[in-house]
Amino acid sequence: MDKIVFDRVTKVYGEGAKAFRALEETTLRIADKSFVTVVGPSGCGKTTMMMMAAGLIKPDSGQVRVGGALVNGPSPERGVVFQQFALFPWLTVQENVEFGLRIAGLDKKARAEQALRFIELVGLADFRNNLPKTLSGGMKQRCAIARAWAVNPEILLMDEPFGALDAMTRVALNDQLLDAWRQRQSTVMFITHDVDEAVYLATHIVVMAAKPGRVSQVIQVDLPWPRNEEVRFSADFVAIRKAVWQAVHGHPATEPDVPRGGALAFHR
Amino acid sequence: MTDTRTTEIPDADAGTSWLDRVPSWAINVLSASVALGLWLLVGVLNIKGIPSPGQVLQTGLKALQSGVLAGDVVASLQRVISGLVLGVLCAIPVAFAMGWYRVARAVMEPWVQFLRTVPPIALIPLVVVLFGIDEGPKIMIIFFAAFLTSIISIYQGVVDTDRTLINAARVLGARDFDVFRLVVVPAAMPFVFVGIRIALAASWSTLVASELVAAQRGLGYRMQIAGLYFDLPTIYLNILVIGLFGFIMDRMLLLCEGRLIGWQERK
Repeated sequence: MDKIVFDRVTKVYGEGAKAFRALEETTLRIADKSFVTVVGPSGCGKTTMMMMAAGLIKPDSGQVRVGGALVNGPSPERGVVFQQFALFPWLTVQENVEFGLRIAGLDKKARAEQALRFIELVGLADFRNNLPKTLSGGMKQRCAIARAWAVNPEILLMDEPFGALDAMTRVALNDQLLDAWRQRQSTVMFITHDVDEAVYLATHIVVMAAKPGRVSQVIQVDLPWPRNEEVRFSADFVAIRKAVWQAVHGHPATEPDVPRGGALAFHR
Repeated sequence: MTDTRTTEIPDADAGTSWLDRVPSWAINVLSASVALGLWLLVGVLNIKGIPSPGQVLQTGLKALQSGVLAGDVVASLQRVISGLVLGVLCAIPVAFAMGWYRVARAVMEPWVQFLRTVPPIALIPLVVVLFGIDEGPKIMIIFFAAFLTSIISIYQGVVDTDRTLINAARVLGARDFDVFRLVVVPAAMPFVFVGIRIALAASWSTLVASELVAAQRGLGYRMQIAGLYFDLPTIYLNILVIGLFGFIMDRMLLLCEGRLIGWQERK
């Protein structure tokens, strides 16, 4: 069953000669409970597409349906995790995660309990009374993920959530995110610039192209679950990684220049 | 001569001089002490027009004993605090309305910009002529000064609320009023404090000017009288007292600020 449907959506920014065709007649179906990663050059309209699903951007033509219902403005049914964390700096971790529950009208005790469940899920229990300014980038993003999930959305939209983080933190968060996704049994759409990350997380990879922005290819990822280091170093992983690279850049990937003898224990 | 065989890796503190390790409050105290020392020196030299610290202190003690100083301080503080509080209390809702509602902005902005260019001090003669020399007109002028100086800063804070935070609230189910109450209001708080501090300074300067023209009591009035009699120590005394109270009130605001908006990330 399709959970998210982009039906011939078009978005043009500006007018006349300066008009920028961010998305043109783009159609994409995302199946229920899938983890879809989106890659593509800047200007390919991937963020525009995601913000349409969030209800924060209206398509010029075409429509977006989530769970069969037409998207018309934002809703807590569709959670969003932003690249720049977007935590409310005046609220503690716990209060940030409770934000959506407070708006939903839950009483104090119920929302504290539910928030704590998700804070524990992302491993921030010890920091629940901290203000965002005292957290590292990775912790901030984990808090943002807990906040998005606490309101129990049908889908989670993530716009380069780990883009601002260092490689080691990113790898750790990928595993955490996959664990949480499998527990939650929800649908995730995840934008990234990182091909490795796109392959590692996905059930499907959507490759987009620019000028005008459109979907150029959807690649199914048949790697085993759970994803782990073994999967990451498998030949299948490398093959898919190559295919995605080629689809994005239009030419084969060059092998990374790694010194022999295993001096580099760290992958990538 | 330097030893060329060893490569010195400077320790982390090497770039910072001993001056960087002196706490700020100590520098504050030092700065004040140096100024006082210079003043003492000038007093010894007996320069015309500059009374010594001792003279000013004597004048101050006398004014304290007679109760004149206390009376002036109470009179001036009452005016400043009434005008400031009223001005800021009115500026906050108006500024938020201007920042949030397009219509309110279109209605208010030309008026605010127009009145802002008229210094409140320029209104003093008008107010004196129209309303006399009671407390009302003085508080009214300070109210104007506080209102017009704080409104711009608060309004800017409301308008500049981070779009991403508003979007984050919306996707969590926040409706317009929730966004206003739970995002815009707290996000603008730092600007409210900046507005209050600017208004505080404007209130004092306006107060002194208004008392120069029409008053029977107050720090500004006392300076005016002292000027007529060439009573320099009293002028100095009142300048110091005004500066001191302005400083204390500003510090009190900073203290509240630290408690209320300590969540800010400082770069």
